[in-house]
Amino acid sequence: MKTLIKNGIIVNSDGQIKANVLIEDEMIVDIIEHEVQADTVIDACGNYIMPGLIDMHVHFRDPGQEYKDDVISGSETAVASGVTTCLPMANTFPINDNSSITRAMIQKAKQRGLIDLLPIGAISQGLHGDRIVEMGDMIEAGAVAFSDDGLPVSDSSVMRDALEYSRGFNSFVISHSEDCSLCRKGVMHEGEISTILGLKGMASEKEEIMISRDMLLAKLTKGHIHIAHVSSAWSLKLIELAKQEGINITCEVTPHHFSFSDKNLLSYNTHFKMSPPLRSENDINAIREALKSGLVDVIATDHAPHHNDDKFVEFDNAPFGILGLQTLVPLTLKLVNEGIISLERMVELTSANPAKILNLKTKGKIAKGMLADIAIIDPNKEYIYDESINKSKSKNSPLFGEKLTGAAVMTLKNGRVVYDFPHCL
Amino acid sequence: MVYQHKDLIGLRDLCKEEILSFIDLAKEFKALNNSDVKKSPSLHGKTVINAFYENSTRTRVSFEVAAKRLGADAINFSASQSSSKKGETLVDTIHNMEAMKTDIFVLRHPNSGAAHFVAQNSDASIVNAGDGLNEHPTQGLLDLFTILEHKGSFENLTVSIIGDIAHSRVARSDIWAMRKLGINVKLFGPPTMLPVHMEVFDCHVCSSMEEAVEGSDVIIMLRIQLERQDGTLFPSVREYSKFFGLTSTRMKLANKNAIVLHPGPINRGVEMNSDVVDNKDYSVILNQVENGVAIRMAVLHTLNLYRKSRNM
Repeated sequence: MKTLIKNGIIVNSDGQIKANVLIEDEMIVDIIEHEVQADTVIDACGNYIMPGLIDMHVHFRDPGQEYKDDVISGSETAVASGVTTCLPMANTFPINDNSSITRAMIQKAKQRGLIDLLPIGAISQGLHGDRIVEMGDMIEAGAVAFSDDGLPVSDSSVMRDALEYSRGFNSFVISHSEDCSLCRKGVMHEGEISTILGLKGMASEKEEIMISRDMLLAKLTKGHIHIAHVSSAWSLKLIELAKQEGINITCEVTPHHFSFSDKNLLSYNTHFKMSPPLRSENDINAIREALKSGLVDVIATDHAPHHNDDKFVEFDNAPFGILGLQTLVPLTLKLVNEGIISLERMVELTSANPAKILNLKTKGKIAKGMLADIAIIDPNKEYIYDESINKSKSKNSPLFGEKLTGAAVMTLKNGRVVYDFPHCL
Repeated sequence: MVYQHKDLIGLRDLCKEEILSFIDLAKEFKALNNSDVKKSPSLHGKTVINAFYENSTRTRVSFEVAAKRLGADAINFSASQSSSKKGETLVDTIHNMEAMKTDIFVLRHPNSGAAHFVAQNSDASIVNAGDGLNEHPTQGLLDLFTILEHKGSFENLTVSIIGDIAHSRVARSDIWAMRKLGINVKLFGPPTMLPVHMEVFDCHVCSSMEEAVEGSDVIIMLRIQLERQDGTLFPSVREYSKFFGLTSTRMKLANKNAIVLHPGPINRGVEMNSDVVDNKDYSVILNQVENGVAIRMAVLHTLNLYRKSRNM
């Protein structure tokens, strides 16, 4: 079966071109300037045709907390965001620290058939931070990387082992960098705003100390360390140094960390509570600068659904996390509109670089011979992010109910239309 | 300008005139409290619930006395943290008590922002009786009332606040209000007990007890929360008292007729020695307690007037 996407502007990380995309079954078979016969013709209406976005950091809460989200609703949320590949974190219940959980997660995603789910395994068994998991077995089952995410490995020997051992399988370790012994029970960025509000702070040094350790361990082991959700200016300085020294390090930032600051917390709104926390204007500016300069490799959402029952409590008692998928495109396009990054760089950050890091050879580019994972992005689409748009079971976004600009208006996975704004297919 | 809002959450939200209006009203209630019949009918038929999620003796009794002197039905409710852990959320508990036609909640809670959170989700009026490290507005007001009584005016006044400022809601309420009134505020404590980014308070930070006391008209000593110390903020009580405690010798450095305040309860021999606590020349700690009732009557009365004006 042939599908033609016409009247669009193909955006890749290395340039844009006004051309048509010819798809046969699940592959892109040609990029052509003229129109050809096809079973299905999709009119892109002058919008951008981008490679399907790859989100390297999501929480689908499945198994275990399906009332917040599950692999099905997570898949639907992803394609409604132009995202066709997701890496779910291991902090499920039971924890994804063995191949049977990994297989079950992938199987569930395949049944819905909207996205590729590439699970991140735990680094340590039970997230206890002592013994590493059966990485080889889990990779065989489909896991692509390892992270203890919100419960960072505090024992440096265990982290060293994880970096060395994963290297042997050409895999890597993702670090949620947090020295948990520094300022316990912090709930927001430690700064002027935490002083005003009387909320316990999390100093950015908490993150920077751990990045320092992990980059040095990567230097020692030659393993690949990927720093999740970088939130501070000094973290970026450290990563820049590590890159200059040839350490095998990559990093991601989230849309919320380049869009909001700790000032948003002045009303104690728990939808702005996440870890790492929203930091100062100075940090936001540094993140934006690093997105521009090329220092940051990836934009990932850290999509963290939480039920309203969990978030509608005293600030200290609310869990960390914010929905991220469906605001990914609008918030990233805002960076483009503000002239901070180009459209090509947007593709690099959201698709091309993740594909490179994950060694997904048929993803991250609209080109002949690539998988037909495609997001058609309308940069001017205006809509209210409400019940009719939201695909997650949760609503914990400060942007919920707000007007957004820019959206994936159609998403194709393996050549099949899986999302046609605002409906999943 | 009389304060016209449903709730009293913090002094950071108040302007100078609103602060002064509470103090003016408290003067009248203080006179009433010293009269033969300590009763006014302004809250007759109203229900005030003291919802205390943290232990308190002074503040709870003070609010209860205040509500009863105004003729309200005052009910005390205390929830240990463990009982709220049984499952019911804070807002559910408040809604249940609201269903009993409660007009005003006096809320004390261990989490900063809890009063703000409840106020946003309740039609009843909320008086913050201390939320986490954030604010304790009636304590701030009674401190100001006490200072005004002894000093006659807030003009050209220097106030020192000494102790665990980072973990003190009293300090925050005092500082916000005093800065609005143009009072010169000096802060001192071990650096582990001073919050980061103190510049938001726009206060002078001292480097010794001597500097903190010298030239001050009012000294507010904060309580060291011995029960909450995890042992890393200062090495020992002995050392704390030596470098950060107020002694009668140090008091000699203060201005003539200086006064000493403390929000209570006092750890004698820790933040203050007994010869300071019991010195009638400058210790006004029990005046604070007396004024606390009048201030709380003023607050309850003011919120009730607002409710009447809005037919709430």
